[in-house]
This record gives sequence, structure tokens and C-alpha cells, in this order.
Amino acid sequence: MIRHVIKRLLLAVPTLLAMLTVIFVLVRLVPGDPAIAMLGDQATEASLQAMRSQLGLNEPIHVQYVDFLARALSGDFGRSMTSGRTVLEEVLQVLPYTLELTAAALFIGALLGLPLGTWAALRRNAWPDYASRIISLTGLSLPGFVSAILLLLVFAVHLRWLPVMSAAASDPVDHLRNLALPALNLGIIMAAYITRVTRSSMLNVLGEDYIRTARAKGVSQTRLVLRHALRNALVPVVTVVGLYFGTLIGNSVLTEIVFTRPGLGKLILGALTSRDYTLLQGLMVVFAAFIITVNTLTDLAYGLIDPRVTYD
Amino acid sequence: MADTTTLSAPRRSNAILATLRQNKLSWVGLALLAAIVFMAVFAPLLAPHDPLQQNIIHRLEPPSAEFLLGTDSFGRDVLSRLIYGARISLMVGFVAVAIAMFVGSTIGILAGYIGGLFDQIVMGIVDVMLAFPTLLLGLMIAAMLGANLENLIIAIAFTEMAPFARVARAPTIGLKERDFVEAGRALGFGPLRIMGVHILPNMASDVVVMGSLWMASAIRMEASLSFIGLGVQPPTPTWGGMIREGFENILTAWWLAIFPSLAILVTVLALNILGDALRDAIDPKLRSENAA
Repeated sequence: MIRHVIKRLLLAVPTLLAMLTVIFVLVRLVPGDPAIAMLGDQATEASLQAMRSQLGLNEPIHVQYVDFLARALSGDFGRSMTSGRTVLEEVLQVLPYTLELTAAALFIGALLGLPLGTWAALRRNAWPDYASRIISLTGLSLPGFVSAILLLLVFAVHLRWLPVMSAAASDPVDHLRNLALPALNLGIIMAAYITRVTRSSMLNVLGEDYIRTARAKGVSQTRLVLRHALRNALVPVVTVVGLYFGTLIGNSVLTEIVFTRPGLGKLILGALTSRDYTLLQGLMVVFAAFIITVNTLTDLAYGLIDPRVTYD
Repeated sequence: MADTTTLSAPRRSNAILATLRQNKLSWVGLALLAAIVFMAVFAPLLAPHDPLQQNIIHRLEPPSAEFLLGTDSFGRDVLSRLIYGARISLMVGFVAVAIAMFVGSTIGILAGYIGGLFDQIVMGIVDVMLAFPTLLLGLMIAAMLGANLENLIIAIAFTEMAPFARVARAPTIGLKERDFVEAGRALGFGPLRIMGVHILPNMASDVVVMGSLWMASAIRMEASLSFIGLGVQPPTPTWGGMIREGFENILTAWWLAIFPSLAILVTVLALNILGDALRDAIDPKLRSENAA
């Protein structure tokens, strides 16, 4: 097992290098002079020069590339132009809020999606199946900010059950009340994905011979579904959750903006409005590292769910 | 000669039409989409008011007989802005996906046809782009290029190239070994002609079906970027931009945010329904599952 883990971790290294290269090229493809973009048209030639050398733009491109790689791999993602703090500090300060939100969303997504998908598969081509398919397709079609605004209109503006703004609160009850709407918003999107995959994966598993054998042995329906079918149907579900993690992060950015919640989303928006390109580049690197980590962990999780999976 | 050689791989368009005829839900998607396209094309005839006409006396009025969906903070008619907004959404979605489709499948066919190290490097980059969240990538590109229509289209097209490259590469690898391609090579056709005339038509339906699914995603991204303020700039009406304005007045004027939200939802849902049905149609495994 440990050898497999090490092998899988080594496999992530070329992906990380490729991702860093893509980011490096992407940032350099931007038309115009970054120094002018940051300081504005009115800046003097001297201050532009100072900015260029600070950004390392006077170096030859391959030196810039090696420098960028070396810094990124050693955990130095650059320094924010506006706050002067390192990108890592900026990220670590707001990361707990985003992680809390995504974890709550995954929980809600699994809580709604797994039963709904299983139910649809068991009542295939009957009304629960059609209903779950339409519900999940609607969930997939909602842009994160649209569902957020609809939730806000219903629960915060119309019913007044929950707060409109959801900034941090020290009181645990208030804290949960603040988390409820953003987490529900992301949870609905996640539930849509999970329902879809659970349905098709359960359909595949329910057609297997061993399920028929178990049924013939007289295993009760509940035990059949929970013990025999769902466990095997979970493997593709975990894959999809891992794959859609990027989408989840993307949607959490929009959710945080709508609910004025601190987190990576607000950090990105702030970097955009203040034209803080080093912070943006650093954030892309952090996101890339984050996603590779999740993908690696997802792959490793197969081994825990399904003992047949080997990594050779 | 060229015409007969392309026929040796089966065409799927008939199967797609047959499946669409059976799937009733896909008709709903098609009808909704047709209605939205109609609305966008005939916007000047359908809109009751000028979408840019400000009217300070009628600021933030709730829906009424004169303003069916109410007015915004400049007294502009929400319904008219909604109708015109369909133009931007559909146009950006269509053009961005067309570019992504063209560039992406070209990359995929080249990688599959040339193979070797070129294939490995190109597909490595494609996989990295697939792993990166499209919304974040689009957001960064749009922000760096600057907010306007062309940059918005470039940003969305760039983020959606990778899946098309993947879809085009796989069949190319199988097709390049087939007899009719071999025959073309023996006849002295150049690689460009083989790729364009003999390989491309055999995967065109797959790529177009992918296009309808990704157009839903492109429209969603256009709305998201406009909502953040990186889309087509005001006063041009866009659905995302309207929701942004509505969000600022959410406590007092619910109608501003809700109608463009529903418009986006209906459009993306229609495209997703249609794309799902089309995908079922080209995937024989899914087709049998759906027919059961």
C-alpha cells in the first residue's frame, strides 16, 4: 500500500510541472506591459523600470521560467502588490472559510444526492426516476450565483429566516446560520452531480450477477441496497466528486461573492479589482496545487473503498 | 474518388434523428431553445420599450401593465432588456463554442494523427487544462485581457478547447489505420487533405453534440463573468449584468434579479436537455439503456 501511495504521489509531479508551465505561459501571453497595467498610464519611466525589475521582467524568458518554477516549488508564490503580504499568507487567512463551505456543501450534496440517486435507480423509469433526473438536470444548469440569488430572495428577503450577509460570527449558532445558505447553495449543485452519477452507477451494479445471487438467497431489499449494491456503486461517485471539486471551487467563488462571505472568492475578486497580477498568478498556482492534491487523494481513496483496485 | 472513400465509415446522423424522435423531453428542450433564439433574432420587434431608454419618473417600479417585468434603477424596462440580453448570451455562447470546437478538434486530430512525442506533450497540456476549474481560468483570462466582448469570447473559448481536443483525438487514432485512409495515402493525398476530408467528417457528429453541451456551459460562464463585472460593459443589456444590478437592489426590488435568473436557467436547461438527448443518441451503450 505504501509503495502505491508513493508511486501515485510521484505521478503528481509531472502534472504539477505542466500546470505551472501553463500558468507561466498564460500570464506572459497577456498583451501589453504588466508594469503599465499595474501602475497606470501616468507612471514615470523610472517607476515603470523599478516595477519591471521587481517583477523580474528584464530577465531573459528562460531565466524567468526557472526562477518561477523554483519559487513555486519551494512554496514561494509571490507577494501581493497591494497588501505587501505573501500570497500564501493571504490564502491561509481565508482558506478555513472556503474549506468550511466546501466541506458543508459536500456533506449536503451526499446527504441529498446518494438517497435520491439510489431511489431513482431502484424505481427506474417510474416517477421518482423522472423527478430525480429533472431535478438534477436543473441543478446542473444553475450557475452558482443564480441559485444563490434565488435562495437569498426566498429565505433571507421573503421569509427572513436567515441573514442576507454571512460574514464570520463568534457565536456558534450565528455562525451556523451564516453558513446555512451558502452551504445549501453549493450543496444543491453538488447534490445534482451526485444524484446523476449515483443513479447510473447503481443501475450498473444492480444488473450484476452477484446482486441476483444475493436476491435469490433471500437478502432483504434494505440490506441488498445498503450492504451489497451501494458500496460498489460508490467508486464512480467518489471519482466524480473528485473531478467536480474544481467546479465546486469555481462555484464557491461566486457563492462567496453573493453572500459577501470571506474566502478565496473574495480574495480573487479583490485581486481582480485592484489589478494585483502577482496575487492572481500566485492564486492560480495555489489552486493548481490544491486540485492536484484532491485528484491524487481521490485516486488513493479508491483503494480504501474497493480492495480490488491496485496501482500497477 | 474522394467522396466514395469517406463513405466507408458509418454516418450517425440518422441514428441521432431517430433517437430524438423517441425522446419526448428533447422536444421540450428544442422548443424552449427555438423560442429563445426567436426572441433574440426579433428583439427589436418584440421588445415593448427601448432597452437603453432611461426614465427617471418610472424608477424601480414593480411589474405593471405598462412594464410587465418592472423597471430598473434607471427606469429602464426589464422585459425589453431581458429580450435584448438574449442576443449577447446566445452570441457569446455560440461564437465561443465554435472557436473552441474548431481549435480544439484541430489540436485533437493533429495529436492523434501525428502521434508520438507531439501527442504526449499536447495531450499532457490538454489534461492540465481539463483539471483546472473552467470558471477560474476564464475569470483570470478575462481579467488579464480586460473586460469587453472579444476578450470575453476568447476567455470562454480558451477554457473550453480541451474537451474538444480529447473527443477528436480518440477516433483519429482508430481512423488513421483504416483502409480508406490508407488508400488515400496510397493515392498520394497530403496529410492535411486526409485529416480534413477523410478523418474530420467521421467524427463531426460527436464534436457537434459536444458543442451543444458546452454551449450551455459557455452561456453559464458568460453570465457568471458578466455578474462579476468582467463581461460586456453597461449599458448593453446582458443577463449576468442585469442580475448584478438586481443584486445591488435585492432588498427593495426582487423583480430585477429574478427574471434574468430565470432566463439563464431556462436557456441552460434547454441546452442541457438537448445535449443529453444527443449524447444518448451517439452513444450506443446509453441508447440501449434509455430505450429500456
